[in-house]
Amino acid sequence: MADTMIEADGLVKNYGETRALGGVSFSVPAGSVLGLLGPNGAGKTTAVRILTTLALPDAGRARVAGIDVLAHPAAVRKQIGVAAQDATLDGLLTGRQNLVLVGELSGIRGAPARTRAAELLELFELADAADRVVKGYSGGMRRRLDLAASLLTRPPVLFLDEPTTGLDPVSRQRVWDVIRELIGSGVTVLLTTQYLDEADALADRIVVVNHGQVIAEGKPHELKERSRSAHVEVTLAEPRPEAAEVIAPLVGGRVSVSADGLHLGAAVDSAPGLATALVRALDQAGMLVDNIEVRQPSLDDVFFALTGAVIPGDTNGSGAKGTGAGQPGQGAATAERESEGAQA
Amino acid sequence: MTSAIAQQPRDAAGNRLITRSLAERASNVVSMTRRNLVHISREPMQLSDVTIQPVLFTVLFVYIFGGGAIPIPNGGSYTDFILAGLLALNLTTSTMGTAVGLATDLHEGIIERFRVLPMWRPAVLVGRSLADLLTASLCALVVAVTGLAVGWRTSANPLPIIAGFALVLFFAYSLSWVAACVGLNSKSPESAASFGFIVLFPLAFVSNALVPTQHMPGWLQAIADWNPVSAVTAGARQLWDNPNPSASISAWPMQHPIEASLAWSVLILAVAAPLASRFFRRRTTE
Repeated sequence: MADTMIEADGLVKNYGETRALGGVSFSVPAGSVLGLLGPNGAGKTTAVRILTTLALPDAGRARVAGIDVLAHPAAVRKQIGVAAQDATLDGLLTGRQNLVLVGELSGIRGAPARTRAAELLELFELADAADRVVKGYSGGMRRRLDLAASLLTRPPVLFLDEPTTGLDPVSRQRVWDVIRELIGSGVTVLLTTQYLDEADALADRIVVVNHGQVIAEGKPHELKERSRSAHVEVTLAEPRPEAAEVIAPLVGGRVSVSADGLHLGAAVDSAPGLATALVRALDQAGMLVDNIEVRQPSLDDVFFALTGAVIPGDTNGSGAKGTGAGQPGQGAATAERESEGAQA
Repeated sequence: MTSAIAQQPRDAAGNRLITRSLAERASNVVSMTRRNLVHISREPMQLSDVTIQPVLFTVLFVYIFGGGAIPIPNGGSYTDFILAGLLALNLTTSTMGTAVGLATDLHEGIIERFRVLPMWRPAVLVGRSLADLLTASLCALVVAVTGLAVGWRTSANPLPIIAGFALVLFFAYSLSWVAACVGLNSKSPESAASFGFIVLFPLAFVSNALVPTQHMPGWLQAIADWNPVSAVTAGARQLWDNPNPSASISAWPMQHPIEASLAWSVLILAVAAPLASRFFRRRTTE
């Protein structure tokens, strides 16, 4: 087996005037999962389209399973499974017919194709809907069927382009479970996502792209360490807007106050005894503290630190975690506005 | 898996070659044809132009124009005259289905799936044309049965009768590759459908299919006599021993309608099929 199963080298792609990729390079070692992370329009899908033989780059080289994608696209197609962002299924066929068709067109015919299709329908909890026309499937079912189609031939290299975008939290969790099982089976995976928690949960390494450029690369924890700031959140027993001024000297930065005046938030450098110091200061000012939390940086903070921008449309992304903690990027933007208001 | 790659044949420069056996290609074509037939079974109204339309046209033309309104030069019944023309008319216009079908495929996500599978890509086009040939055959059957019901008769032997249907079906098959070219260049299924009204209907009507060309103005008759639809229609009439007034027209295709329609069909196929394949490649490259 080749050591590196996916290799992008200086990929450039323009669509008319728009530069989708401006020289993107990354590689994925055999048996590992790379998370290609970035906001909408960052160039993730374009990179996947080039690697899966769907698009030709204007410059650069690409290899998949050791095969040059530009020189031998047909050979590459025998090695890959692709789950595209928009489910690529035949709406007028049943789920089962879709999978059998994909099998037949990949060279698996007759009984083996039907057996494999049944197996995957079972795995993806689609057995009950197997003989219904796909047009009537929900978004989550389509996505799972598309994943099943990408696995039909048991390909050694998998491309999953935003596999959970637009899914509800339950469907999302199910897709994650399936992907985790796949990862255990030794396939090499390139996963694109705009959800930081998704990359954190599934990927061994993360490449962050923005505006067609790689802006950071590393293991999830390495990226977290790069944005050193932690985040503190204080919940007061009763609304005291002036609390912001009390803790401002301790955190050394702007303090945000929620609309109800109960919650304070601030970016801080982790320091020993910080929580104690904050509680003491508030106590001396006669304010009762209900809760205090010092949170380590999440990948959202990393993205914010790298790009100086919040991630557009990330509200869905944090849905599965069920807490606001997944989106401090947006929190930070709100915080600045709010603290300005508080100071005025 | 690496060994599988290593076993693949290589060219002189050591590059891997993907070779597909004829059996693999045929299997891909069968799969794609079956897929298109399943589509039709899901939306039977797609078949209306090969089932309801022929019945309607046959009844309309036979009863409206059959009562002596259109005299047939050299004599004969209008019903016997019109049937080959109705077959040619219906099969010509039904090729619109190929244009619409391909334009629809290109708009659905499934085309992206086909493009990442290690399949023989022309199977998308060949499977479409074969499914459309099968529906065209159904159309021919409907025309024949309706014709018999309204009084069409032939004194020919079974073999020439079948040959007459085959002649028109072969022409429709070649024309479906022109329709494929149109479908592959259409922005939407709707714009592909307009091809039928702009090209196919004039093609079918400016011919000897519904009226003898002797009734047309001179310049129009010249066009009609060289229209492939006229050759195909006259060829079927000749094979079926039905009234064929074009036989007295000196234009070469009217004197040799069978040879002319075969030549047209082969020529159209030889130009349109490679062109469609090129359009498909262009349309699916970015």
